Order: sequence, then structure tokens, then C-alpha cells
Amino acid sequence: MEAINIFIKSAFIENMVLAYFLGMCSFLAVSKSVKTAFGLGLAVIFVLGITMPINWVINEYLLSETGLFGMDLTFLRFILFIAVIASMVQLVEMVVEKFSPALYTSLGIFLPLITVNCAILGGSLFMISREYNFVESVAFGLGGGFGWFLAIVLLAAIREKIRYSDVPAPLRGLGIAFILTGLMGIAFMSLMGIDPAAFAK
Amino acid sequence: MADTAVKEVKKREPLLGKKERKLLLDPLNDNNPITVQVLGICSALAVTSMVLPSVVMAVAVTFVTAFSNLFVSLLRRRIPKQVRMIAQLVIIAFLVTVVELLLKAYNYPVYKQLSVYIGLIITNCIVMGRLEAFAMANKPWQSFLDGIGNGLGYGAILITVAVVRELFGKGSLFAGTPIALNIIGPNADYWIDTSSNPWFSWYVNNNLMVLPIAAMFIIAILIWIQRTVNPKLVDAS
Repeated sequence: MEAINIFIKSAFIENMVLAYFLGMCSFLAVSKSVKTAFGLGLAVIFVLGITMPINWVINEYLLSETGLFGMDLTFLRFILFIAVIASMVQLVEMVVEKFSPALYTSLGIFLPLITVNCAILGGSLFMISREYNFVESVAFGLGGGFGWFLAIVLLAAIREKIRYSDVPAPLRGLGIAFILTGLMGIAFMSLMGIDPAAFAK
Repeated sequence: MADTAVKEVKKREPLLGKKERKLLLDPLNDNNPITVQVLGICSALAVTSMVLPSVVMAVAVTFVTAFSNLFVSLLRRRIPKQVRMIAQLVIIAFLVTVVELLLKAYNYPVYKQLSVYIGLIITNCIVMGRLEAFAMANKPWQSFLDGIGNGLGYGAILITVAVVRELFGKGSLFAGTPIALNIIGPNADYWIDTSSNPWFSWYVNNNLMVLPIAAMFIIAILIWIQRTVNPKLVDAS
């Protein structure tokens, strides 16, 4: 039940993008069309959902004092986590290239850039600092990924429409995207009133 | 022969020639990492609720960008193209670990406040972006300066946003440092004491400014100002 709470909480209430502003770079850069945003969002869900449990296992059984080496190796956390993430992204890239070449070309450079998407590493670091267990970390990964997916698709839809609006020239493109994200963040804040425990009952 | 001659001429160039100065100063305005290149926004939004953590963050990012640029530039001919991402990430992760341990040892409260965002310097797009765009193709000294310049440009935006957010959100500036200033509010030692000054009795702190969302609007306004002053940056599409 706790896992369902965490899924809902990380997807809506503590949305990765709109509450913690993780993965902002690709969020702003790839949100120009709904189609590419959709593809990138799916890739993020997948990578987050896979790396989170792997990193949990690494942290618990290799790096912690009770782990395999019997000493506190947590200072190696950054290097190991980023290595796991980089190799998982490489894997996703190969799979996407094999099964969906169209999506592969439309994502282009942004697929390898998932490696440096703060949401992925940030998710793993949040998981450590909040001391989730294995099931909770899976739920957090999927929920966080879903929240990121939702946010980027929504922003892309708004940006597709706003292209036909009369935005002041200096604000066009980047400036208005910032304001839109801010407004979406305020809208998502209203979800804070939701009690996730109510869903579990 | 001609090659070595060129190299010798270049060696005699001053350490801070025109080109080097451009590398340092360009990122402050024309090529700002946040408002023009759109790099490193995550941390810009999350840590800027107060000035002190923003300054620490700016220094940390400048350090990491400068030295990762330097190291990658030194190794640029030895790193194979296929594994360059991993190689770069290992260098960055090493530098960030150094920063994290230093901060943990010398300023634990700020370390707590920055929490995961110190680790997220690894995935801060400024660092990767500059490595890919500059350090892989340029000499070590120039790359080092480019790193410092981009760190400064990033820091300038970070601190501007933090000043606005702390002043209007908390009524103070530099809180947590020896030079903490209480600017406006109901306490006695504030510069404008809203409880005794009849002209400012209506004033309350803006709670929106404490939230990270405020940074979005402030950066949007900064972009607006910058592009009005500097029309060549306006997005044509």
C-alpha cells in the first residue's frame, strides 16, 4: 500500500519537474512538439524505472557498511550511479534503434542526453536520502517517470498552441516556456491538498 | 617545421589576450549558460531561495566546470569517441565528489540545505555541454577559462535570482552569513521596521517567492530584459 502512495505522490504531488525542477534542460528543449515529447517521456519512464532498483541494490549490497565489502563506500555513490545510468541509457538507445527507427531519428541527440537528465540521477539520490526500501524505490522510479512524462507532454501541447499567439518578441521561445512551466507548477501545487493515503483505503 | 614555429608564436601570446578575455566575459551576457544556452536550469531554480546556498552552488559549479574542462581538454586526444561520455562523466563525478566531501567537512548546514543538488552538478548540463562544445576541441588553458567564464555567467544569474527571492520572500539578505542584513519586516533590527513605520505597515513578505516556482518567473523576466536590451538574442522562430 505504501508503494501505491509513493507512486501517486511522486507522479502528481511531488512531480519531478514541477516541484523539484529536475530534468529541466531536456524538458525545455524537447517540448516543442507533442510527438517527440511523448517518445522522450516514455524513455524517461523506462530508464527511471530500471535504474532506480539497480541503484538501490548497489547502494544496499555494495556500498553500505553492511554490504559485501563490509565498509562504508558511499563516497563512490556518484560514480557508480552515473555509470549504471549511462549503461542503461546505452541499452535503451540500442533497443529503440532496433525496434523503432522512426522514434530513434526523431529523438536524435536527446536520447543519449537522458544520461545527463537530472531527473534520473536526482531520483536515485532522493531515493537514498528518503531511505526507501526496494518496492518503494520501484514505485518511486515509475511514479517519478510518469510524472515527468505527464509534465513534458502537457507543456509540449501548450507550446504547440502558443506558437500562434502574439507573444512579445523578447519572450518568444524560451521566455514564454519558463512562464508556462511556472504556471503549470502553480497548478500542480493545488494537488498538494490530496491525501495519498485515501487512495490506499 | 612550420608547425613548431606556429606553436612557438602562440606560446608568446599573453595569458589573457583578447580571445581569452572574450572567453571569460561572453558567458556573462551574449552567451549566458542559463538564459541563452538553456543549460543548468534545474539547480538554478531549486537552490536560489537564499543567497548563501546560491553563492556556494555558483562556486562549486565554477570549480567543477573549470577543472573538468581542463582535464578533458588535456585528455581530448586520448579519449576514444565511443566512450567519451563515460570518460567525461567519471572526471566530473570525481570532481563533484571532492566538492561534496569538502562542503560536508567545512559547512555542514549548507551541505544539508543543498542536499541532492550538489550531486546533481554531475548532470548539470553546463558541465557536460561545455565539455562537448568546447573542451573536446580546444587547448587546456582556453578551456579552463571557458569553464570559469561559464561558471561566472551561471553564478551571476543564480545570485540575481537569489537576491530577489530572499529580499521579497524573507525580507533579509545574506542570511546565515556574518554580514546578514535584515531589510524589511516586523522585527526591531530591520532597516524598515514594518511594526513601527506607519508608511510600511501594509507590507508582508511574498510567500510565492519562497517556492522554487518564483525562480521560473524571475528568470523569464531576466530573459525578457536581456533580450530587449540585446535584440540579436531574440528567438526568430
